[in-house]
This record gives sequence, structure tokens and C-alpha cells, in this order.
Amino acid sequence: MHENVNSPTRRETVPLMAAPRETSRRDSLTAQEEETLKYGAEHVIKLFVPVSMCMLVVVATINSVSFYNVKDIYLVYTPFHETSPEPSSKVLSAVANSLILMFVVIIMTVVLIALYKYRCYKLIHGWLIMSSLLLLSMFTCLYIEEILHTYNIPMDYITFFLIIWNIGVLGMVCIHWKGPLRLQQSYLIFIAALMALVFIKYMPEWTTWVVLFVISIWDLIAVLTPRGPLRILVELAEERNEQIFPALIYSSTVVYMINRSDSIDSTTDSQNGFTRTWVEEHQQHQPEEVRVNRLLDDDDKGVKLGLGDFIFYSVLVGKASSYGDWNTTLACFVAILIGLCLTLLLLAIFRRALPALPISITFGLVFYFATRGLVKPFADMLASQQVFI
Amino acid sequence: MTLLEFTGCALTAFGPALSMFIVTIMNDPVRVIILIASSFFWLLSLLLSSIVWFIFPSKQQVWFGVFISVLVQELFRYFLYLLLRKAERGLKRFVAHSLVSNNKHMLSYVSGLGFGVMSGLFSLVNILAEVGGPGTMGLRGGYSAFCIVSSIFTAFTILLHIFWGILFFHGLNTANKNLILYVIVSHLVVSEITLFNQYYYYILTLSIVFSITLGTGLYAFKTAGGQLPIIDKLKTENTNTAES
Repeated sequence: MHENVNSPTRRETVPLMAAPRETSRRDSLTAQEEETLKYGAEHVIKLFVPVSMCMLVVVATINSVSFYNVKDIYLVYTPFHETSPEPSSKVLSAVANSLILMFVVIIMTVVLIALYKYRCYKLIHGWLIMSSLLLLSMFTCLYIEEILHTYNIPMDYITFFLIIWNIGVLGMVCIHWKGPLRLQQSYLIFIAALMALVFIKYMPEWTTWVVLFVISIWDLIAVLTPRGPLRILVELAEERNEQIFPALIYSSTVVYMINRSDSIDSTTDSQNGFTRTWVEEHQQHQPEEVRVNRLLDDDDKGVKLGLGDFIFYSVLVGKASSYGDWNTTLACFVAILIGLCLTLLLLAIFRRALPALPISITFGLVFYFATRGLVKPFADMLASQQVFI
Repeated sequence: MTLLEFTGCALTAFGPALSMFIVTIMNDPVRVIILIASSFFWLLSLLLSSIVWFIFPSKQQVWFGVFISVLVQELFRYFLYLLLRKAERGLKRFVAHSLVSNNKHMLSYVSGLGFGVMSGLFSLVNILAEVGGPGTMGLRGGYSAFCIVSSIFTAFTILLHIFWGILFFHGLNTANKNLILYVIVSHLVVSEITLFNQYYYYILTLSIVFSITLGTGLYAFKTAGGQLPIIDKLKTENTNTAES
């Protein structure tokens, strides 16, 4: 649930882009900013595309498969089902539900951090493998079954089993061991989309909105406060010079667990978010500066976004689209992308792990309610009278 | 039929914008970001005008809502101009890397497209969703050409927003008040003209909006430094005949 671009430890030695220039302090600062912006734009797009794809999968599923819109079963963590018609009791149960869910999330995060701190890697891996196996087998099963139902396609159990087996095993190999980058990324997007669909399906109506709000506050606290668990996680990972688990984080470049043992003695140059072209330029200018071997260069850099961010962005957009108004969906989509953009801008300024949820989700929520309440009547009137503004 | 109508309407409305996006914008990350930022600005302007409309007592006076909305849109175009001016100093240094500032009209073109695409999407996307549904020819027993006329208007709106963007920014750059005034007035005229659509005066409205689009487009083309090969040819022929 956080973004992570490890701060470069030797930022002072970064060669300036415009070499033959007076390097007063002010100038060198702007030159650094330039560099960040120049490659920052590419990274923003590299995150826009997967985020949009994840949302697209969720929105398309919500609008075509009615199964995900029907409320019949609920999560265990949300025991109040908002059956009362009164808004006040609905709000109460929504808040209670989201607090329970939040409590579970906090406990789980703390357990994960504790396990990581005391180096119980095997346990964490077991946990992650179990959960991704669950998603890739059971929920994929459910998903494909519902799609087959919707489009009325008959399929025998043997074929079905073969397909699920192939998807599941390939996914496990790609996520936890190695595989082509694109495949790994698509599996992560698919997992995030499935998880978002699960949230949309199994959470009561109002609870979803309260949970979105509460979780973005939790993200803020967890990443930014000095003793926040996610901050501890990031700092520990930086300290040990390790990647955070690839099953939890989408990276715009390859992340393999194999690198863990190799990368301990490497410098952190390759992790500061710059692209390959930059590193090549860097090497041309001052070859002795780069002690990282090329393979690691290819593997380690890029911007990282937690899968949790993908999930909650998609939950917001998917939930917005489930009411059937496309204007609202569009507004939420653009608002979230702008929020992500601002977060990345802040990332370029502060150069430390930042929570990606608060700005985007706040924008998304504001635009959802504003569009639904204020813009929709106006826009509908204009569209039905064919008035173009 | 629904699928055919859906595809036809969608491509009529968004075909030009889509091809412009693919050819000129998609490959440059900075331009994509500016596009999204400008569509966000358009959203903000719509939100503001909706709020005004919401607290406005008489809901029958549609022309007033349109009037306010046009003014707010142009105001936000100005805000966007201010923002881009501030960012341009940074952007200008990436000439080697990005093509953003190769042409000084690139920023205005991209932001105009952002405005247009968002406004087009907002006016058509719900209609398109209905068209793709179980089956519609005209909404609620209306005129059967409803959807295609809406799509054509959307295409015009998108193009007009691009031209307006170019002219407006050019007017601000050169402190040309007439140009800015022209943008605001033509925007008002186009929007208020479409009020006649509800009485099915399609020929009238379409022809007026088409001629405004064409005129504005030619002017924006000239402003952006474009040259038509035919005019060049004529010019050289003229000079040739003058010389001989």
C-alpha cells in the first residue's frame, strides 16, 4: 500500500544533465529536478497504463457479469449487513464494518512486519504463496464460471480444470519465481482486479465507501508516521538491501526474489527510479561511478506501486460504474489518475516512500459524490436536450 | 443493429480525436500527462458550473446554465494556461528528449484536445451506453436520428475545443484581446445554437456549427503556422506570372 523509490544515497554525485554550465547550488538543484521530471513523466505513464488496465478489467466485469453486482453473501469481517432502510443505522453499520475490517488489516500488517523483522522469510513466503494460490485457483474458478454463465458458453469439467490448472500454475511460477516481465505484470494486474471484484461483491453498499475512506487514512498513517508499520517495512528492506515481496508490489521493471542474495553488495544507484537510458548516459560520463552490474541494473529500477493501491483504485472506479452512470465512472477515473500524478510529483520532490492512496482516493471520492449529486442532473439534461457545451 | 449503430456513432464522434491521440500524443509521456491534466481542468469547470446550476432557482432557463458553463470553461482554460506557463519553463529544457516544445502551439493543441475529449465524452458516453443496449432508435420514442446527430455534434465540439485552445492561448501569448473575445463569443454562439436541437432544427444548427467549426479551424490552422499546399501553389504561380 505504498510507493517506493529508494532514495539514492549518493545523490550528490549524480552528473548534471547540462554539463557545461555554471554549477551554483541553485542550478544544480534545478538540474536534478529536471532529470527527475524528464524521466518522471515516463514513469508516470508506466504506472498509468497498468492502473487503467486494472480498472478496465474491473469495470468491464462489473458491467457485463451481473454476479458481481448482486449482494447475497458478505465477508466474514463485515457482520452488519445494512438491511435497515434508515440512513442513520446504515451509516452506523457501515462505520462498524469498516472499523472491524480496518482492525483486521492492522493486525495482519503488524504480523507481517514482525515476521519480516525476525527474518521468518519462509513463513511469509508460505503465507503469500497460499494467498496467491487461493486467488489464482478459487477466485479465478469463480470468475471464469460466471463469465461462462453470462455469455452462455458450455464447457466440460476436464477442459475447465485444464484451463484453471494452466492459469494457476503459470501464475504461481511467474509471481514467485521467474517469468517474462509482461506476464508477471499481467498476473499482478489480474490478481488485483480479482481482489477488487471480491471486495465489490462481498462488501455491503455503504461499507465500501467508508472502507475506502478509512483505508486511505490508514495508508497515510502507516507510511508517514515514524513508527508506521509500512514505513518500518520499507526502511528494513532498504537496510537489508532487499526487494519487498514481488507478490505485493507492482514494479515497472522485473523483480525477482533471486536477486536478494546477489544485490547485497551492490550500490543503491540502480534503485533510484531512473531508466536505462539515464544509466547508460551516466556510464558514458563517469564509468567508474557505476559499480552495479548490468543485469541488476535491468532488474532493480523503476517505480513501484503496491498492489493494494491497484485494488482500492479499482474498487472505487468499479463501485462508481456499478450504478450505471458512465460520467461518474469517467470523473472518478480522471480524478484518480490526477491524484496518482500528484503523488508521483511529491515522490520526485521528497524521494521517499509515499502513500499512494490518500490523494487519489480523496479526489476519487469527492468527484464521485459531486458528479453523482451535482453534475449528473445537469449533464443528463444537456445530453437529453442535445445541448453541447 | 445496436452494435453497428454503437460503432458508427462512437467512431463518428471520437474517431478524429482517437486518431489524433494515437498519431501525435500517445508516444510522448509529457503530452499524455498534459492531456489528462487538461481534461481534469474541464471536469473542474463542469463541476463549478453544475454547482451554479444547482443553486440557480429556475431550472427552465437552460440557456442561462449553458451561458454560465461556457464562461466557467473559458475561465478554467485561462487557469490551465497559467499553470502551463509556469510548467513550461521546466518543459522547455527537454527539447532534446520530448517534442513538447518543438512547436509552441503543441501545448495549446494538447490541452484543447483534453478539454474537447472530456466534454465530448461527458455529452455522449451515456447515450452510447444506451445505444449499445438491448435496442434503441432515438431515446424514449424520439427522433431516430438523435444518436447520429449527437455524435456529429460531439465530433464538432471536440474539434472546436482544439481550435479554441490554440486561438485562446495564442491570444494570451500575443496579448490579442480580439482573439480571446472571439473564442468566448463563438463558444457561446455554438452552445446556445444547440438549444434549437430540442425542436429538431437539425439542418439549421448543424450547418451553422459546421461553418463556425470550419472557419475557426482554418483560422487556427493559419495561426499555428500551417500552410495548405494548394495555396502555396497558387502563390508561386501568381508570382511566376507577375515575374514573367
